[in-house]
Amino acid sequence: MNPSLVTVAYIGATILFILSLGGLSNPETSRRGNLYGVIGMTIAVLATVLGPRVTGAGIPWLVGAMVVGGTIGLYAARAVQMTQMPELVAIMHSLVGLAACLVGFASYIDTSVAFTGVEKTIHEVEIYVGILIGAVTFSGSVIAFGKLSARIGGKPVLLPGRHWLNLAGLLVVIWFGREFIHAHDIASGMTPLVVMTVIALLFGVHMVMAIGGADMPVVVSMLNSYSGWAAAATGFMLSNDLLIVTGALVGSSGAILSYIMCRAMNRNFISVIAGGFGTGGGAPAAKGAGEPAGEVTPISAAETAEMLREAKNVIIVPGYGMAVAQAQHTVYEITKLLREKGVNVRFGIHPVAGRMPGHMNVLLAEAKVPYDIVMEMDEINEDFPDTDVSMVIGANDIVNPAAQDDPASPIAGMPVLEVWKARTSIVMKRSMASGYAGVDNPLFYKENNRMLFGDAKKMLDEVLVALSR
Amino acid sequence: MSLQIGVPRETFAGEKRVATVPDVVEKLRKLGFGVLVESGAGEAANFGDDTYRAAGADIVPDAAALWSRADIVFKVRGPNAEEVARVREGQTLVSFIWPAQNPELMQQLAARKATVLAIDCLPRQLSRAQKMDALTSMAGISGYRAVIEAANAFGRFFSGQITAAGKVPPAKVFIAGAGVAGLAAIGTAANLGAIVRANDTRAEVADQVKSLGGEFVKVDYEEEGSGGGGYAKVMSEGFQKAQREMYAKQASEVDIIITTALIPGKPAPKLITADMVQTMKPGSVIVDMAGEQGGNCELTVPGEAVVRHGVTIIGYTDLASRLAKQSSTLYSTNLLRLTEELCKTKDGVINVNMEDDAIRGLTVIKDGAVTWPAPPPKLPAAPPPAAKPAAAPPAAKGHGHGAGEPMSAGALATVFGIGAIAFAFVGAYAPAAFLGHLTVFVLACFVGYMVIWNVTPSLHTPLMSVTNAISSIIVIGALVQIAPPESGGGRPDELIRWIAVAGIALTSINMFGGFAVTRRMLAMFRK
Repeated sequence: MNPSLVTVAYIGATILFILSLGGLSNPETSRRGNLYGVIGMTIAVLATVLGPRVTGAGIPWLVGAMVVGGTIGLYAARAVQMTQMPELVAIMHSLVGLAACLVGFASYIDTSVAFTGVEKTIHEVEIYVGILIGAVTFSGSVIAFGKLSARIGGKPVLLPGRHWLNLAGLLVVIWFGREFIHAHDIASGMTPLVVMTVIALLFGVHMVMAIGGADMPVVVSMLNSYSGWAAAATGFMLSNDLLIVTGALVGSSGAILSYIMCRAMNRNFISVIAGGFGTGGGAPAAKGAGEPAGEVTPISAAETAEMLREAKNVIIVPGYGMAVAQAQHTVYEITKLLREKGVNVRFGIHPVAGRMPGHMNVLLAEAKVPYDIVMEMDEINEDFPDTDVSMVIGANDIVNPAAQDDPASPIAGMPVLEVWKARTSIVMKRSMASGYAGVDNPLFYKENNRMLFGDAKKMLDEVLVALSR
Repeated sequence: MSLQIGVPRETFAGEKRVATVPDVVEKLRKLGFGVLVESGAGEAANFGDDTYRAAGADIVPDAAALWSRADIVFKVRGPNAEEVARVREGQTLVSFIWPAQNPELMQQLAARKATVLAIDCLPRQLSRAQKMDALTSMAGISGYRAVIEAANAFGRFFSGQITAAGKVPPAKVFIAGAGVAGLAAIGTAANLGAIVRANDTRAEVADQVKSLGGEFVKVDYEEEGSGGGGYAKVMSEGFQKAQREMYAKQASEVDIIITTALIPGKPAPKLITADMVQTMKPGSVIVDMAGEQGGNCELTVPGEAVVRHGVTIIGYTDLASRLAKQSSTLYSTNLLRLTEELCKTKDGVINVNMEDDAIRGLTVIKDGAVTWPAPPPKLPAAPPPAAKPAAAPPAAKGHGHGAGEPMSAGALATVFGIGAIAFAFVGAYAPAAFLGHLTVFVLACFVGYMVIWNVTPSLHTPLMSVTNAISSIIVIGALVQIAPPESGGGRPDELIRWIAVAGIALTSINMFGGFAVTRRMLAMFRK
């Protein structure tokens, strides 16, 4: 294959990638979108392998590497449970980050491509930045994976003076960057490069450690964005437009997702990244006047079934608790039974429910819930006043009326699902503990609210038994 | 110090309702208020003085004592001249007022320097205000009672029956206007077994009519009649002609007509002409619920039942009062909800908060200053009658928003400025090859931005896994390093090859795993 043919193949791959992302605008076209992505990737890889930059000597090596990697990847994709999707995505981001680092180092020690003057400086800056982003993505994703799979505690870990630490790290990175560019040969440039990589790794760890579990959707999508920028930086480094375009697509995708998630929590992106939810100075401010008064009214599973049976309109609001208890299948069984009885059951999904964007949708889809009864928050919020029963399964902050009523609350202004406007709301919860934001929920004390205490899966099973009787 | 709520006996002739019932007295006391009830106030609605006393109210022997002791007075009908004279400065009066129809009453009350909340001025389109909406609760009762009055005057069964004594055809009822009262009448008549037809100029109520067991009769003419605030507007001449034809046809077919058509601030539209009444079967009944506003039927005598051309025409204006116990209970619950809004602190002191849309709408006189009509609440549907004099406040608000815009434009300019400087810098120093890549990069960012906004939120997880898979395009970086043609010559081939192999293996996990898991996820999304 001559270079022009490779370039043309790359353009084709680029178009297919854009179509792939465009296909996700609708569940109908999304499967085709994924197929476009696969085809685009195949074209890109084949064009590169058959192109002028790879000689025959490399083929056995790369085929071996791809077979090993591909086997692991396919196995992981098959074995993963839908509730573990956030972990899988996080660990995959780390792989991209690590790969970007490796490519960066390899590119630096590669003497076959020689630059001079401004071009050399630019090339070295690209290598430096590429490795920096790659390293942050790698270590950050590993920590995010640890947090999501509960190998590391979800509580934010806050070092004293953490902002100063970060600032100092940044200054050191810039100084070593200067050293690196001024280095005469590869050996003397290696020290600054390695020091920077270590600092970047530490920075990634530090950044994600400081972020609480509830902010994970933002972190996961942010790391997604980073992995894209890492690919784009590699593209600059290797003068490869396909890498640049694809990296930019992925990078802006992740950035937009982060923005959407932040907006859904009414939080500033910077403040999420700076870390620590409800752990700042003003945390106990909600106590006193904002203390919810009243009594919680417990309800049994049998009574819940009774209320559901008599209802005409039911809205189910799932949260992370449903994912933890793996209750989505039982939820669907209940939904199916109620729908057969002519009850209008729908689902209300908050943008940050769960641990990554769209987490709840995937779980409900796994349980075969038809996607046309799964609604976004904005679509369904105004329907709550006409709803007989709203059932909250393992969610807390996203249905907290304090976000609207109590300006002193740490989550004030965050858009929430207005479940309390339904005639009755039922909250399934293991105990009265507060959610990730550490904010007490006045919903539990409302007159029209009932609490169904217990493990979501077990309670829902009981409701199902009572319903089918 | 807690305030005293006074409940006088209604003075309007024939008015049987009372503004507060014993159950509500208890709840008002829980909010911290004292309650005074004039002796005999609830008698006509079957609430004796003793039941009030048992609920914790103080019984006051006469109206004069009550008005002088009470800080807040709850009434049903607006005050008459004698009562207006008793209003004290600083006192608060809550009742039906109808400020548009009673300008002189408004002036008199303003002169007494009182605060007046007109329950009829509630902004009904606020969903928060529904619990206080006495017009709706009274209209529902009136609609029910209208059917009962019709049944009383009608000489036959409502439901069709086949008996040993012969076959009875079901009564046919036509209801003009499907507002709250009309819908209540539809439900009641349908429950009694009649065939119910209904019409309204607002096409969107057709479903409500059907849900109550009625049949919606369309006027054969295209025009939308929603006038905001849940009322209808005046329709065009062409529409009215088509409507008259429809009414004439219905009149000749049905046994009972119940009319509820009202247009706010205007006399009721004359829907049923004398000619139409003549074509009705003898023994038929018309209940004209718009009697107070002049009636929907030309032959209606407000307040009375008359027989014309063999048709009984009932124009009672006190339908709700004829169900005094029920209407008193609902009305006093509406007032209780209002009191809760006024007294959020539950300490027996009211706060007439003019910032609150609902309270603002209700308050027609505040400390002697006429505050009616209120500016329309911040909602899409503004009530037309109130809109004109109140144009100023929203305009001022618009100005306030305008002040914010130059700010954001300034920020935008800053962003563009920084961008321009950055680009100028890059352009001055960077080599041409780099600029080509930069162009591609910037354009790709914008394409990504446009494409991603179209992704539906429910597919955000697949989006992340597919972008993750796509980002393994970085494999190309490793591929070109594994064995390039210009190898040798001091290049550490062996080392680079191993690094590249590791890179390829890592990205392959991502590539295959990412696409496979996305496919698995997307296969699950189904209708």
